[in-house]
Amino acid sequence: MLPELGQFALILALLLAFVQCALPIYGAWRGNATLIAVARPAVAGQAVFVVLAFGILTYAFVTQDFSVAYVAQNSNLALPWYYRFSAVWGAHEGSLLLWVLILNVWTVAVAAFSRRLPDALMARVLGVLGFIAFGFLLFTILTSNPFARHLPALADGNDLNPILQDPGLIMHPPMLYTGYVGFSVAFAFAIAALLGGELDVAWVRWARPWTNVAWAFLTLGISLGSWWAYYVLGWGGWWFWDPVENASFMPWLVGTALIHSQAVTEKRGSFRAWTLLLSIFAFSLSLLGTFLVRSGVLTSVHAFASDPKRGLFILAFLCTVVGGSLLIYAVRAPKVAGGKAFRLLSRETLLLINNLMFICAAAMVLLGTLYPLIGDALGVGRISVGPPYFGFMFVLLMLPVVIALPFGPFFRWAAADWGATWRTLRPALIVAVVAAVVAKLLAPSIPLRGLAGVAATLWVGIGIALYAVQRWRTAPRGKRYTPEMLGMILAHFGVAVFLSGVLITEATSVESDLRFAPNETRNVGGLDFRFRGVEHTQGPNYSADEGTLEVLRDERVVATLHPQKRQYSGGGQLQTKSDIDPGLFRDLYVALGEPLDNGAWSVRVYVKPFVRWIWLGGLFMMFGGFVAATDRRFRALPQRADAQPATPMAQPLEAGV
Amino acid sequence: MSRALALLLLIVALGSSSQNAHAVDPLPFKDRAQEVRFQHLAKQLRCLVCQNQDLADSDADLAKDLRKQVFDMMQSGKSDDEIKQYLVARYNDFVLYDPPLKPGTWLLWFAPFALVAVGALVVVRILRGRAKLPLAASEPAAIESSAIDSEEDW
Amino acid sequence: MINRLLPLLVFIALAGLLAFGIHWNTHHEMTEVPSPLIGKPAPEFTLPLLYDSTKSLAQKDLLGKPYLLNVFGSWCPTCQYEHPILTAQIKPLGIKLIGLDWKDQADDAKRWLAQFGNPYDAVITDRDGRTGIDFGVYMAPETFLVDARGMVRYKRIGMFTPELVRDELMPKIAELGKVTQ
Repeated sequence: MLPELGQFALILALLLAFVQCALPIYGAWRGNATLIAVARPAVAGQAVFVVLAFGILTYAFVTQDFSVAYVAQNSNLALPWYYRFSAVWGAHEGSLLLWVLILNVWTVAVAAFSRRLPDALMARVLGVLGFIAFGFLLFTILTSNPFARHLPALADGNDLNPILQDPGLIMHPPMLYTGYVGFSVAFAFAIAALLGGELDVAWVRWARPWTNVAWAFLTLGISLGSWWAYYVLGWGGWWFWDPVENASFMPWLVGTALIHSQAVTEKRGSFRAWTLLLSIFAFSLSLLGTFLVRSGVLTSVHAFASDPKRGLFILAFLCTVVGGSLLIYAVRAPKVAGGKAFRLLSRETLLLINNLMFICAAAMVLLGTLYPLIGDALGVGRISVGPPYFGFMFVLLMLPVVIALPFGPFFRWAAADWGATWRTLRPALIVAVVAAVVAKLLAPSIPLRGLAGVAATLWVGIGIALYAVQRWRTAPRGKRYTPEMLGMILAHFGVAVFLSGVLITEATSVESDLRFAPNETRNVGGLDFRFRGVEHTQGPNYSADEGTLEVLRDERVVATLHPQKRQYSGGGQLQTKSDIDPGLFRDLYVALGEPLDNGAWSVRVYVKPFVRWIWLGGLFMMFGGFVAATDRRFRALPQRADAQPATPMAQPLEAGV
Repeated sequence: MSRALALLLLIVALGSSSQNAHAVDPLPFKDRAQEVRFQHLAKQLRCLVCQNQDLADSDADLAKDLRKQVFDMMQSGKSDDEIKQYLVARYNDFVLYDPPLKPGTWLLWFAPFALVAVGALVVVRILRGRAKLPLAASEPAAIESSAIDSEEDW
Repeated sequence: MINRLLPLLVFIALAGLLAFGIHWNTHHEMTEVPSPLIGKPAPEFTLPLLYDSTKSLAQKDLLGKPYLLNVFGSWCPTCQYEHPILTAQIKPLGIKLIGLDWKDQADDAKRWLAQFGNPYDAVITDRDGRTGIDFGVYMAPETFLVDARGMVRYKRIGMFTPELVRDELMPKIAELGKVTQ
């Protein structure tokens, strides 16, 4: 009964999404206030039914209703109760419903927190969001119904893939989707602006906090995914340039360009076309990611079940949304470059270069990801494109960005004071170079990458610290760090932390496959690892061989590790569960191999210095995004009595249109 | 009946036989440098069975055999390139995660740089256009002091 | 105007590529890796016979007549499904059929062949998989068509179906009969 109710709720949500899309946009076009006013109630209605549907699916999992096919495929009687919740989004149909749910959360938030926006703009924004929801709901109902029954009901289900039975799974997809889907808000604002023919850039100010929050969530989602892959997949890697990872990284790259471009457009009126296009691209890449993961066009480590029929639907939807929006852009984009003038040496120039490099990086990732397909199309045979390509290209493309990064905050709008900036930043460069030289002298075997990592980290980190200090010294009290600026400082600092993590760990990690006899001690990366044998243990839905390794430094045990090899009772799947001793400055990572002769085992040991800084950097960037979004200025409206006194920014633009 | 049983046994055997082939593969390296070289090379090679993993991380039986093959070739003095050529001759370019530079991959290797070049031209054109416009009256033409007190600056 | 249409045009090209991808996906097995051996000489091998390990069969022994090399193993479930097709449809084509028992134990293989029947003219064993690597074998079953001069003409990755025998194998065999350069 309930699953059918869930299906019905989806259909009602679909109808309301249609209403939410069609009526307000038509009403905004015709200036019909009644139709415009339909938007918010439609949003509320759709949300109610989507939440209901999602709740019913969750209930089916929690009560283990195996008459629902999706539940039977992704859980079983032995699945611990806490994973029954996250199993809801463990596969294609449920994750789509999660997508729609999160889209509704964003839409409700936008509808609720934007009471002060002009009605026509709001109507169009909500209308565009409604269109997207309509598409996804239609896709779900027609091709991916999570409520399909399997009758007679099975007594027990398959298991949830063991890799997904992990706290990381509970967090990673929702956070990632919140980011992906959040770019739909920036997209909706851009389309609304194009449809409404807005010539001024007030809409960018409204869009900025939403975009910053979406970007922050995406940063979090990607960081979580990387961390999760690191400790679950067993082989110490944290990024594989796998098509599905790339599918989340491309929107992030374009999103980074977008948040910077929005800043320029809002404050200076320039880069309007860039901001419009980047808003469209960011969400388009989110949609493209959805396509790549679910259409089977690319083989990938965690693509959902591939189905060409689904692929065709998403492709059609992609063409409608992206093609349609780019058509609207071609017709309605501003014809003349607007905004205030700026000199060659200025913050605008740096951000223009920033736009360019991030777009090129995203394009490169897209090219590499799709190249096997292009190779098939051109008939050049099966080409593989992997980390050697992506890693090499990405570093090259980001090099100008890393070098220019500290200059950004110091360069002023319109015309920068090169002399003063250089004088302030020179110490950072000197420290960076000297540190690299010292590092080489202390550890002659460090490869170039490690030295570059030391130099880049210090250059960026000290550069941003110098700005923060200068701001403290020269700005008047109470105005030293606006939330927007503080967010910028945190995020750029996060870049430095991230760089240090990546480059140092890549350069200094030690890995070794070893044969351990019982009680044997081997030395890896300067630490002694003593093998204490393997015992049999039992988990809630698995049985395991558990090994014990003690890590010694100077004869003292500094850590004990328990890697496992699990066999799950549900589907008999085997899983290598590594054990990690985490540390701020180094991780110790051990994975069991197989039993050899005489009680010996093969074991893989890693010592990974600074690896946590990778995700720490991601967290700083995320905080930066959230903090920046809280800036009061984004919520101020010129005609409100208690708004800040008219500042140059709130004034209309002068030069050009 | 015995056929079904045999099938069941085979499936079970298949399930547990994969237990014996794992990516953890202690090989008798001459020294640390050789081990690092092997790891680096294995990471550039793609497993044909588990196609989303490199040779170093794949659990497949074939991966284990190929790792042994790579190791033996390293021991007998072959260079990285020779080892890669050996595998490509048998398994196709597919086995290389680092796409070789040949006419079929020119687009892959050169397009990003071409895009940067084109983009740079566009940026230069934009900057030239902007430089012609006068700075707005409220902006100082050159900023001498680094005092920042205008909210507009940020 | 071009500037504003450019993003749309680029997207249309991308959508075309993706549509091609879906089309390709429905007609090809995405995990299949085409063999670089087609049109090249078959690798040298000398492998012991399954039923008499004192004797062995070498590639050069097979020159002069075309043959099919079918890679199988007693551990391979798909090979069971292919087996009736080997017996009923491929064997009658009249080409020499050599079975390559790949990464297998001799006793298991003999038992398997006893149970399902032995369609092969000869069975050779590749215990450690070295010859398999030379042929670029990465799964079972796989089948190679080698012509009289020892050149590989066709490779089938995965099992044969009656349609594949009819649409792919038989035309290739017919080509063998024509004059080769």
